[in-house]
Amino acid sequence: MSFVEVDAVSKAFHKRSLFSKTQSVQALSGVSLSIQQGETYALVGESGSGKSTLARIVVGVDYASSGQVSIAGHQISTRMPKENRRDIQMVFQSPYASLNPRWRVRDLVAEPLRAFGITEGRKGTVKRVTELLEQVGLQGDDAQKFPHQFSGGQRQRISIARALSSNPKFIVCDEPTSALDVSVQAQVLNLLKDLQSDLGLTYLFITHDLAVVKTMAHQIGVLKQGELIEEQAADALFAAPQHEYTKALLAAAPVLSTA
Amino acid sequence: MSLLEIEDLSVEFTSRRGVLRALDKVSLTLEPGEFLGMVGESGAGKSMTGNAILGLIDHPGKISGGDIRLHGESIIKNPERIRGSHISMIFQDPLSSLNPLKTIGAQLIETIELHTPRRGAAAKERAGELMSQIGVDADRLSAYPHQFSGGMRQRVVIALAMASEPEIIIADEPTTALDVSVQAQVLDLLRDVCRAHGTAVILITHDMGVIGHWTDRVGVLYAGRLIEIGSTNDIIRSPRHPYTQGLIASTPTMDASVNTTLYQIPGNMPPLTAIPAGCAFNPRCSIAEDRCREVVPQLINDVACHLRSEA
Repeated sequence: MSFVEVDAVSKAFHKRSLFSKTQSVQALSGVSLSIQQGETYALVGESGSGKSTLARIVVGVDYASSGQVSIAGHQISTRMPKENRRDIQMVFQSPYASLNPRWRVRDLVAEPLRAFGITEGRKGTVKRVTELLEQVGLQGDDAQKFPHQFSGGQRQRISIARALSSNPKFIVCDEPTSALDVSVQAQVLNLLKDLQSDLGLTYLFITHDLAVVKTMAHQIGVLKQGELIEEQAADALFAAPQHEYTKALLAAAPVLSTA
Repeated sequence: MSLLEIEDLSVEFTSRRGVLRALDKVSLTLEPGEFLGMVGESGAGKSMTGNAILGLIDHPGKISGGDIRLHGESIIKNPERIRGSHISMIFQDPLSSLNPLKTIGAQLIETIELHTPRRGAAAKERAGELMSQIGVDADRLSAYPHQFSGGMRQRVVIALAMASEPEIIIADEPTTALDVSVQAQVLDLLRDVCRAHGTAVILITHDMGVIGHWTDRVGVLYAGRLIEIGSTNDIIRSPRHPYTQGLIASTPTMDASVNTTLYQIPGNMPPLTAIPAGCAFNPRCSIAEDRCREVVPQLINDVACHLRSEA
């Protein structure tokens, strides 16, 4: 069995109104996929295709209408026990929105340590926070600062340090570099790759940028209107896309060719 | 004489911490019908250049030096005369440039009547023509902005920009908010419509892929300075400035695979409050010499680099 198993997950949203009939939107229909340990699975699709909905269900912050997800053999649900939850973390698109501006970096990074009771005492927490910051290319002194004192790329490093603090096995990255400039994007993507090889992390990587997918993914799934219409190993998908929609997506993407 | 000439353009902001120079002696020219890309990271001065051309720099910012000439005539003193009529602008978010309370048709006709001699039925007819040029049915003139999708709205904004039959369109990140397939449609449309009318375009973007696919020439900005300019082909295949080289090497390409490590430019672009002496890029540059830390390099042979300007 694979490390991450998504089995026939469907999700419908219901819009209730006092004055009209309840309307349903099928956000995901029977999506199944599996991710091997230590690999990156890239989920590609346009806005509204259900990428982020699937991500929320996989990490257990939202529930599926039907179907199930398991990670490392544990069933994922919105009510899963703490000790399973710490294996799963998420990095969001905007490091401006995902870090509380009134918290210092040390508190942002230490919150998961405290929540999961990972480190013993204040000293242990401070030591671990310093380690984490250094691991993502920041300095120990940065722990005293507030998020606004950092650039976008550095803030995303803080988000990554926070995600790493519970020693997760699996990280969902939802458009982690869309808000960053190109040269900074390269730094963050390289960091994610280094962490993957050092810590054996498994990633579900959500993006609309096919060039980013090309450098990050082992396996690629294409979502369209809530359905997984194509799934292939990365090289195979770029060399020979099967579905018409994938072909159109590849043709439309302005990927730089320097050759 | 070029269509548009920008010469030593500087923009400064006065703040409590002193004077910040957002644009530092930028010079470039634009020829009729040309697609010029402006690329750079956030804060490099891309949008500032577009806003300066249209006289849209608000207090406490001001144009502190240099000149902008359209057909050889300075437009710095009275930008209102050319704004909208000779030069139009397309912004990133189409919703912010469309009035939600007026129909698309009313907005088009208003622009046409304001900037061209057409009135009444003639203006309405022209609005219908513009709609068909952007591939939208003329029946939809009576629709409101909220009834269109994001890509359709940006098409309508292109029609609005074209309504005054301008010589130049400045498009500031026009497709950043759109999906890739819609982005391709919108930029293809912009290119086709402008080619048909001989309209020149300044396309401001941070996306090297967009530059590579849709521009003829590209200027690279760094910390408010134009550091390299040239044909898109040359800049992408054989960039000369170390920053441009780094920018292109750090962009993921189709040749990459999961085993590729992307090139990283060390450090970050300096904030305007702390631009280093000499070349603004020198602390991040691997080939910097003493003079790079002392003397600001001028744009010579289209490159502002002491070591790379020799042709």
